[in-house]
Amino acid sequence: MKHVIVGAGPAGVLAAETIRSLDKHADIVLVGGEPEPAYSRMAIPYLLAGQIAEEGTWLRHAPDHFDRLGIARRAARVTALRPTDRSVTLDGGTEISYDRLLIASGSVPVDPPVPGLDLPGVHHCWTLADARGIMELARPGARVVLMGAGFIGCIIMEALVARKVRLTVVEAEDRMVPRMMDQTAGGLIKRWCVEQGIEVRTSTRISSVQKSGEGLHLECEPGPSLQADLVVVATGVRPATDFLADSGIGLGKGILVDAHQRSTIEGVFAAGDVCEGVDWDGGHGIHAIQPVAVETGRVAAHNMVGREVAYGGAMDMNVLDTLGLIASSYGRWQGVPDGDTAALLDESAYRYVKLQFQGDRLIGAITLGLTDHIGALRGLIESRRSLGEWKSRLLADPARFMEAWLATLGK
Amino acid sequence: MYRSLTLDPEKCTGCLQCEMACSWEYEGHFNPAHSRIKIFAFHQEGRFVPYTCTQCADAWCKNACPVEAIQINAETGAKEVVENLCVGCKVCTIACPFGTVNYDHARGKVMKCDLCGGDPACARACPTGAITFVDGDWPGYEKMRQWAERTDNLASAQ
Repeated sequence: MKHVIVGAGPAGVLAAETIRSLDKHADIVLVGGEPEPAYSRMAIPYLLAGQIAEEGTWLRHAPDHFDRLGIARRAARVTALRPTDRSVTLDGGTEISYDRLLIASGSVPVDPPVPGLDLPGVHHCWTLADARGIMELARPGARVVLMGAGFIGCIIMEALVARKVRLTVVEAEDRMVPRMMDQTAGGLIKRWCVEQGIEVRTSTRISSVQKSGEGLHLECEPGPSLQADLVVVATGVRPATDFLADSGIGLGKGILVDAHQRSTIEGVFAAGDVCEGVDWDGGHGIHAIQPVAVETGRVAAHNMVGREVAYGGAMDMNVLDTLGLIASSYGRWQGVPDGDTAALLDESAYRYVKLQFQGDRLIGAITLGLTDHIGALRGLIESRRSLGEWKSRLLADPARFMEAWLATLGK
Repeated sequence: MYRSLTLDPEKCTGCLQCEMACSWEYEGHFNPAHSRIKIFAFHQEGRFVPYTCTQCADAWCKNACPVEAIQINAETGAKEVVENLCVGCKVCTIACPFGTVNYDHARGKVMKCDLCGGDPACARACPTGAITFVDGDWPGYEKMRQWAERTDNLASAQ
């Protein structure tokens, strides 16, 4: 059986390793689109901060890791999927045939419709190549504009500060990290950044980027305009499905998959950021996060070798460190109609816990300024445990989630 | 069969000697805040519950780590944080549904129980036998592990 895996990120690598653990004799080909060792985008902020060298971003460290597992690596972009031939086409024109195909091609950055984002000095922060470009320009004293205060924007802020640049953050929405934090937490993160001397402009759009002398000139709405030596565009990502346009594969926003990570084409699976699959609470969606990447990669691998395994469903979970202020959010942190909410807020201490309930189950949470035992929030939500008497206790004091977890675990 | 830490709330008196011993073992000082094992007090019921990593077979923390910084100690089976690889991204702290991986702000790394290399200081320090280090099929320990398997389709498929 020949397994071809498109994408050498966490989902693809975990899938390749899992296939090998389940089938000693399978042919496994791992195709990575970038000319790099398999690496983790999640480690890039720490590379930018100078805490690690490029090797520190590698997913696997033993030089012979993939050889030892008999996983063949190809560095090429896949340009087309031809299901009738059971093959994929690489950018040089080479065809690779497959018995089972996993598409784990990840995400690509999304650019807002702003003229000038193709100018030199404007970079995404997505690949190792992007990181090298940013490090080249983010020198002490450089004027840096961060376009977008989402997860990536916030998490690289510390690195940019460590590089002693003059930083301005511009976010189109009314708060920081709008897709992971509510108004309260987003507002506190903004205040935290401002207190560290960073200019943060929310509800502000950059309408154009133009060359101006040695640097760049940015028109903003509302003004004033900005001058920059480096613009980092971090305005979100979308599934990398462009090469599938003519393949006939079922696409929503991502590759549509069932709970077995099967696409609509026989023998073709998808995992990680690129797939649109089942959610933990019955819906479906895209979750461009590390835990879901590795979990769907493993589920896909089992099904590819013929072991029927259904995924329990993806749940949003994020942990974000913005200049040392740590925030997390889980599940339906926005709450649901007819649900209950409990919140504990100490603005001066930058501490916040918010829990969302449906009936007597926990369905979502946000934390700010506390890190101990936060994984228990995942346990409480995903296990769908009835909280019983603990619901009223959590409504009175949401910080007691770990005790609630232990109390329900014992039952 | 690897040996496992077994935690028995029925025998725990909440004396916190395990937390002291853990903190001393890892940090060289006595500070329960730096302990990998925690005693949770349920004052309404007069109960104390010791809690730490179960070294679960299908380690969520290890699978979630983006830089291979959680590895298995072949001798003890413990999932250990490799400090020079950990970048402090904290994904393991949200991925572990037991809440037993914590972030150490001072170090900028995560920390979790590693069974002290095979001779856990908490078990040695416990005066009541609430924490013991025994062969891995003790029923209370199994209970936690079973939970892990129920919520993890993968484990039950293997």
